[in-house]
Amino acid sequence: MKLTLKIWRQKNASSKGQMVEYPLNGIEEDMSFLEMLDVLNEELNNKGEEPIEFDHDCREGICGACSLMINGRAHGPGSRITACQLHMRSFNDGDSITIEPWRAKAFPVIKDLIVDRSAFDRIQQAGGYISVNTSGNPVDANAIPIEKENADMAFNAATCIGCGACVAACKNASAMLFTSAKISQFALLPQGQVEANERVQNMVRQMDLEGFGNCTNTGACEVECPKGISLENIARMNREYYSASVKG
Amino acid sequence: MGILDSKVPTGPLADKWTNHKNHIDLVNPANKRNIDIIVVGTGLAGGSAAATLAELGYNVKTFCYQDSPRRAHSIAAQGGVNAAKNYQGDGDSVYRLFYDTVKGGDYRSREANVYRLAQVSTNIIDQCVAQGVPFAREYGGLLDNRSFGGVLVSRTFYAKGQTGQQLLLGAYAAMNRQIQRGKIKSHTRHEMLDLVLVDGKARGIIARDLVTGEIERHSAHAVVLATGGYGNLFFLSTYCMGANVMAAWRAHRRGAFMANPCFTQIHPTCIPVSGDHQSKLTLMSESLRNDGRIWVPKRLEDAQAIREGKLKPTQLGEGERDYYLERRYPAFGNLVPRDVASRAAKERCDAGFGVNKTGEAVYLDFDAAIMRYGREKALTSGMKDADDTTVRQLGEEVVEAKYGNLFDMYEKIVDQNPYKTPMMIYPAVHYTMGGLWVDYNLQTTIPGCYAAGEANFSDHGANRLGASALMQGLADGYFVLPYTIGDYLSDDIRTGAIPTDSPEFDAAEADTRSRLEKLMSGKGTHSVDYYHKKLGKIMWNKCGMSRNAKELQEAIDEIAELRADFWENVRVPGTADTKNQELEKAGRVADFLELGELFAKDALTRNESCGGHFREEYQTPEGEALRDDENFKFVSAWEYKGAPKDAVLHKEQLVYENIELKTRSYK
Repeated sequence: MKLTLKIWRQKNASSKGQMVEYPLNGIEEDMSFLEMLDVLNEELNNKGEEPIEFDHDCREGICGACSLMINGRAHGPGSRITACQLHMRSFNDGDSITIEPWRAKAFPVIKDLIVDRSAFDRIQQAGGYISVNTSGNPVDANAIPIEKENADMAFNAATCIGCGACVAACKNASAMLFTSAKISQFALLPQGQVEANERVQNMVRQMDLEGFGNCTNTGACEVECPKGISLENIARMNREYYSASVKG
Repeated sequence: MGILDSKVPTGPLADKWTNHKNHIDLVNPANKRNIDIIVVGTGLAGGSAAATLAELGYNVKTFCYQDSPRRAHSIAAQGGVNAAKNYQGDGDSVYRLFYDTVKGGDYRSREANVYRLAQVSTNIIDQCVAQGVPFAREYGGLLDNRSFGGVLVSRTFYAKGQTGQQLLLGAYAAMNRQIQRGKIKSHTRHEMLDLVLVDGKARGIIARDLVTGEIERHSAHAVVLATGGYGNLFFLSTYCMGANVMAAWRAHRRGAFMANPCFTQIHPTCIPVSGDHQSKLTLMSESLRNDGRIWVPKRLEDAQAIREGKLKPTQLGEGERDYYLERRYPAFGNLVPRDVASRAAKERCDAGFGVNKTGEAVYLDFDAAIMRYGREKALTSGMKDADDTTVRQLGEEVVEAKYGNLFDMYEKIVDQNPYKTPMMIYPAVHYTMGGLWVDYNLQTTIPGCYAAGEANFSDHGANRLGASALMQGLADGYFVLPYTIGDYLSDDIRTGAIPTDSPEFDAAEADTRSRLEKLMSGKGTHSVDYYHKKLGKIMWNKCGMSRNAKELQEAIDEIAELRADFWENVRVPGTADTKNQELEKAGRVADFLELGELFAKDALTRNESCGGHFREEYQTPEGEALRDDENFKFVSAWEYKGAPKDAVLHKEQLVYENIELKTRSYK
């Protein structure tokens, strides 16, 4: 397979970036997208040029480290997929592929295709937890029965891998799908009730402080989410937020 | 006992931990505020330890190379976490979990540690449920369980195929709570490059900010290494790309002994290698073996036809398939432990029965399960005379609910539908049971330096059973280390803050800088990956699923040669004062090139077969592992003396007071 890659290169956060074109040959269909980039990097390396930096780690679709806007789509073509699960069989010989970092004010570029997603951590730190002691809990796990339906919904919300595709896909760079997934998980479980009001208020406040935009119900986040996190979570977060605001 | 004092408490096994806790010196809450602890690695062990230590009142500094603690590779564990809850009423107990683990590890783990692990396992589930971890539940609202390899009870708690993710997010949430409170200072995109000793005690680390390239000094009263395993020295493995041995190896260079480095688990159910470009292997959870049946064709000519694409697996009838695990191990069948299943797959493939192009794959087939579940579903839905198509469809729905995400993952990688045709699987490097030697308190041979989770050696012996890595990580982090470290720190209440401008910090930083400069200064011709791949090939071919003395000796020589070549000819582009992934990799591969040699040396010394360590010279007539308890019932703990060839072997004799050592049989 022969490809033309147009890749965003940027030295560091303060320098100006630019698109650079790289021709690439000998790509096989069963390579993953990131393995294709490995091949390119090996070539650059052999020519004495600096390889392209991108985030990746588990390479099996669960750690959420890989990002990449590929031909304008978060994690590239295909649904429910991370960049590391995208395979070159999704492309054709002779294709030209544009590769860019996540684009959002709250995700500043660190280098090349790597962005800083620590805003997500700070949203979590604002209340994405249950305040339970970690030194041995005396309550037997089965003493808290949870309706299977709720447990399953909480699980579906909890499958968010925090990759940031929702933000990158959104024209407003909104983090509401991410934040709402976390809030939903706890809102659906009895363990999360006690702090529910503070949680939703604090997390939403932090989300706004980080500079993420608002939701205008475009739904691009849900379409591009590799884990299929549902928009229902945003609705649930909004309900939780209004109810908490009323209670004060 | 020599210098390896395991500090296992005296008294009856079941009371050791309670007695020990009762006699541990405590640090009063006001003094805890004056004590700093560094935790390196924020996976299940490090994350849970950091959160718990901070909650106790210590000042905690965490370090991870990822951009967020939530991305540690514990997140990729699919199957589940064991706990002796006996919710299923199928005869489980603390003793049985302890027994299964010691037996599963081929009697090479430390009895007292494993018993404690089994004891605290039940707390883990209570803890995680309280944190809001969404485990699988029955319709009645109670927790669901499933079974794993090497055991005959259902004691595994799970959250679909994403248990590791959910447990890690629980620990990460607990960390976040402490970060918010200011009790944890989290350093992400940081890598530990050296351990700093002051008066023989671990008092800090040298770290590199991976974004700015800045070399930093961080001091503390104790250092906890929870940095995972070193399986990436094989290049291809199920580890994440960044997993490395750096922190543990640098501690080893400073005096921490490395125990059982050759005990490495090869997991039987991974997606096979597809080509030279491949960067990593993907695991298909062991939980699939609850329902999947493993087979290869009975006849060589059928295997050949399948490899050539002339025959499909679905065209072979029951009588033409060899369900070799069910044939060889009728009692455990497809649920034999990982080392047994891996070797059996290799044996069939070596004999010519492999089913993919390279001949290195066997089938994992869900057809029988789909039909069985489908029939049950049809009956419970009142469809007594459902035809095969309907039954199959119903069955596929049930299987999808159980394993859907794993099936999706397989389809994305292999481009085949596993509901319609059996999966192809082959063993791959998955977990290292070896690691830093620790005593009962999880302290290494360096005072004040602790190791938790996969980074230590103590609990799994020569083979790890499924769903027990998560258990150990969380047990160490939530329930063991926070107690035992207090015993050490109680002597430090008057020490005060540790300064970072001491000669010891100066020296360690100078060392680190010169090592980085040496890596950067090479005007070599080969990339870091070139060396990593070469090392991986040596490891897999000569130190892999089976080993022999001749090849191990060759591996030792070849790795030493490769290491010399690396330092001569590696090329690291860019500069050290900025984000530089090639430099990060270079530092890690440099360590792998030392550890790899020690690994081979350890395997060569151990003249027996046990668990994941299979020496071809030591096997039974049926091809099973042949242990030598008389001569090798010990932990090998290596002391650093410069080059790996000079490492000195120390032995901790293993004592079994409560379990009779038997030949492991799963027949």
